[in-house]
Amino acid sequence: MIGGCVPWPLPRSDWLRHLSISGCVRLCFHILLIYTSRLEHQNKALGHQTRTMRGASRSKNPQDLDKRVCMTNCPTLIVTVGLPARGKTYISKKLTRYLNWIDVPTKEFNVGQYRRECVKIYKSFEFFRPDNEEGLKIRKQCALAALNDVRQFLTDEGGQVAVFDATNTTRERRETILRFAEQNGFKVFFVESVCEDPDVIAENIVQVKLGCPDYTHCNTEDAVADFMKRIKCYENSYQPLDEELDRDLSFIKIIDVGRRYLVNRVQDHIQSRIVYYLMNIHITPRSIYLCRHGESDLNIKGRIGGDSGLSARGKEFAKALGQFIQSQNIRDLKVWTSQMKRTIQTAEALGVPYEQWKALNEIDAGVCEELMYEEIQQKYPLEFALRDQDKYRYRYPKGESYEDLVQRLEPVIMELERQENVLVICHQAVMRCLLAYFLDKTAEELPYLKCALHTVLKLTPMAYGCKVESVCLNVDAVNTHRDRPSVRFTNTHPLSMSVSLVLVKQASPPVIA
Amino acid sequence: DTPTSGLAVSTNELMSWIRSSRPQFTNCPTMIVMVGLPARGKTYISKKLTRYLNWIGVPTQGEAYASNALKDIASYFTKEQGQVAVLDATNTTRERRGVIINFAKEKGYKVFFIESVCDDPEIIEANTMQVKLSSPDYENYDKEEALVDFLKRIDCYKMSYVPLDEEKDRHLSFIKIFNVGSRYLVNRVQDHIQSRIVYYLMNIHVTPRSIYLSRHGESELNLLGRIGGDTGLSSQGQKYAKALAEFIRGQSIKDLKVWTSHMKRTIQTAEALGVPYEQWKALNEIDAGVCEEMTYEEIQATHPEEFALRDQDKYRYRYPKGESYEDLVHRLEPVIMELERQENVLVICHQAVMRCLLAYFLDKSEDDLPYLKCPLHTVLKLTPLAYGCKVESFYLNIQAVNTHRDRPTNVNVARKPEEALQTVPEHL
Repeated sequence: MIGGCVPWPLPRSDWLRHLSISGCVRLCFHILLIYTSRLEHQNKALGHQTRTMRGASRSKNPQDLDKRVCMTNCPTLIVTVGLPARGKTYISKKLTRYLNWIDVPTKEFNVGQYRRECVKIYKSFEFFRPDNEEGLKIRKQCALAALNDVRQFLTDEGGQVAVFDATNTTRERRETILRFAEQNGFKVFFVESVCEDPDVIAENIVQVKLGCPDYTHCNTEDAVADFMKRIKCYENSYQPLDEELDRDLSFIKIIDVGRRYLVNRVQDHIQSRIVYYLMNIHITPRSIYLCRHGESDLNIKGRIGGDSGLSARGKEFAKALGQFIQSQNIRDLKVWTSQMKRTIQTAEALGVPYEQWKALNEIDAGVCEELMYEEIQQKYPLEFALRDQDKYRYRYPKGESYEDLVQRLEPVIMELERQENVLVICHQAVMRCLLAYFLDKTAEELPYLKCALHTVLKLTPMAYGCKVESVCLNVDAVNTHRDRPSVRFTNTHPLSMSVSLVLVKQASPPVIA
Repeated sequence: DTPTSGLAVSTNELMSWIRSSRPQFTNCPTMIVMVGLPARGKTYISKKLTRYLNWIGVPTQGEAYASNALKDIASYFTKEQGQVAVLDATNTTRERRGVIINFAKEKGYKVFFIESVCDDPEIIEANTMQVKLSSPDYENYDKEEALVDFLKRIDCYKMSYVPLDEEKDRHLSFIKIFNVGSRYLVNRVQDHIQSRIVYYLMNIHVTPRSIYLSRHGESELNLLGRIGGDTGLSSQGQKYAKALAEFIRGQSIKDLKVWTSHMKRTIQTAEALGVPYEQWKALNEIDAGVCEEMTYEEIQATHPEEFALRDQDKYRYRYPKGESYEDLVHRLEPVIMELERQENVLVICHQAVMRCLLAYFLDKSEDDLPYLKCPLHTVLKLTPLAYGCKVESFYLNIQAVNTHRDRPTNVNVARKPEEALQTVPEHL
């Protein structure tokens, strides 16, 4: 047994005192050995990626790459095309957020940002005039600087997809980019947004242009006038992607905010997923409401997982939720739950039709199902420690990881994108994953997002992000949030002996017996 | 030890309740209308799409209809609870399409057009050779004459062919497929099912290739007659892995991709091949929940009612804290989508998983699916051909236990243990 001659378990206060030095050393060593072999096994199991789009190995030397290797494993450069105020940056940011959430390392490179860094103060649309030699020179430099950073991200920093966000309205500019990509062994996929609806364009300008650094010192009317002139500068030289002339390129043309799409030569899995995603998003104003089921009987006992019903307070919450939803006067609200009793019972109290998704079920804690954290610490101390090491990727034995959860929630996210007003009644880990998608949280942050019981989060897409309103429905509940413990392995090298013992109980939430 | 999840309703009631509150792909019936000249792949697409939709649980009918087609469709939707009907015909004139649109509007059905446009003479000739010349129309022709005649037939349609137009038809929902998928024009996708259909159509291809399906080698739990678990290969299983490697080498397959699940037994099988392979959690065996690692005898002893319920509806039955075949199909959908995108692939998986994949390729119903025979140590080679799939079965001559349990005669909850265990295969 771990710890040598020390009986296990002990009351917390006695634990350290009874551990001798040699027992301590043995314990550390034992932990490390098991940790290393567990990690190896997990790595082997997860080593080959579960999705074909992730490149396994790429030649670091760009000159070595030939077209055949490129076809299977190489990074992708997404290039936006379109006049100003056509939603290119909106699409870039959203797509980047989605790809990162499904674990494809993606970064966007906005050439406008580079230009703002170069030309500290924006004077007027004159900078963008096609006959402004100085302006043209600077803009080209900025584009090249951005491409350089793209190369660094994709070649040296393990990036898989880079989104090059600029107007790229001339065939000449696009040729430059294609040459750059070919030299570096990147695949290119163009995303063009074409829109002539003056209302959409005006709305775009109001939402995102007026608040941008270029126009901080302008009044609204002047800003709009200047921006419209800016658009005019591009219009004369705009060469849209053409079905015939560009038939060998891979691209999607989005027409009138998604009314129509032209898709040409999708090369691989990631491009296919990108096209599917772009064809499902919309900009119709709407809100997404996320909440957990009401407090459950197992919640009160401090036990994780399981499939119990609502406690008395949980039922109160369900009623309060019903009232809250009614007061919000939401048009055509869809209600989704998981297939577990506690979310279904919560939805039942709303008195409206609801849909059940198995994909919204809580994370499967495998052998730890229905245990309290104290019991997990007693029965599976190593597992408990490993989980705190990497809560996102750690998979409960015979259970799931947050990473698995994200994969099974992907169709839910896709359908959420298609829908308008939706209330999702789900679970703690599930809600964390969904929230991380909407608020662009990293894999490190995701498992520690605060999703308290009896609180509704209202997410409203706004400009380039999401407005979050948190509404606590004033019905008491236990706290089920467990922070990352502060004391962990100080050095993750498998052979390191400088391990501090993990006091994992410290961060667990209080339990009502 | 009560096996059910505690709700006091009969399983059938529960099942239909769950089914009715499942996410709806569409809220009203949809007519898919094919458009295009002859030999453009309309029937190929119709049949494939019908097969896919039925597999993912959307009741779809794709018969090639006659002149009272519309009446048949209305009857399918109202009397048979169908959700999607595919109207596979040329529908090349605006007038004809107008009739269909008016009919749908009257009845409250949605319409989605799929047009296949192709001007590549090689593709048209290949299509014609593959599927037209064997039709009864050309029984007494020789190949050359038949081809010439058929091309002239196409010309007759060309005169009156009015393709879907970006401008004039901008209020319709449609996808235009150019030259077998090098380009697509998609207009006004209305709902989830249309979005899924578009995604599917954009992922399928006609490049010749083969898909190899096999289970892992015999595992240690297999020998003991136990289900599920995550054990390694038995010695026979290891022999199979080597034999599989030899077989694969013998097939001389171009650019073969190898996929396994995350479970030891498939991984160990792939390891013996000595080539790179990819692991999919989605390919893991069906989760038997509380019955994991039990023998059928133990399940009968500890959960006799569950055992009987499973025999009553093996497709929809979900093990307590586990999965159903229906759940399995749902989690395998991305695997199928990726299989469609790929070319030559070897999938090393598990019994229930292989049944689901096989049912997709061979268009098997929900009733047949859980009883498809997928024995150990046998490779199935599937090659798409004309409108279906050619299947070749290769038994690699390495002995293994039989893990197939047929449906027993008595599935009543009150049956005797011997009746329940009537069809259990032998084990240690």
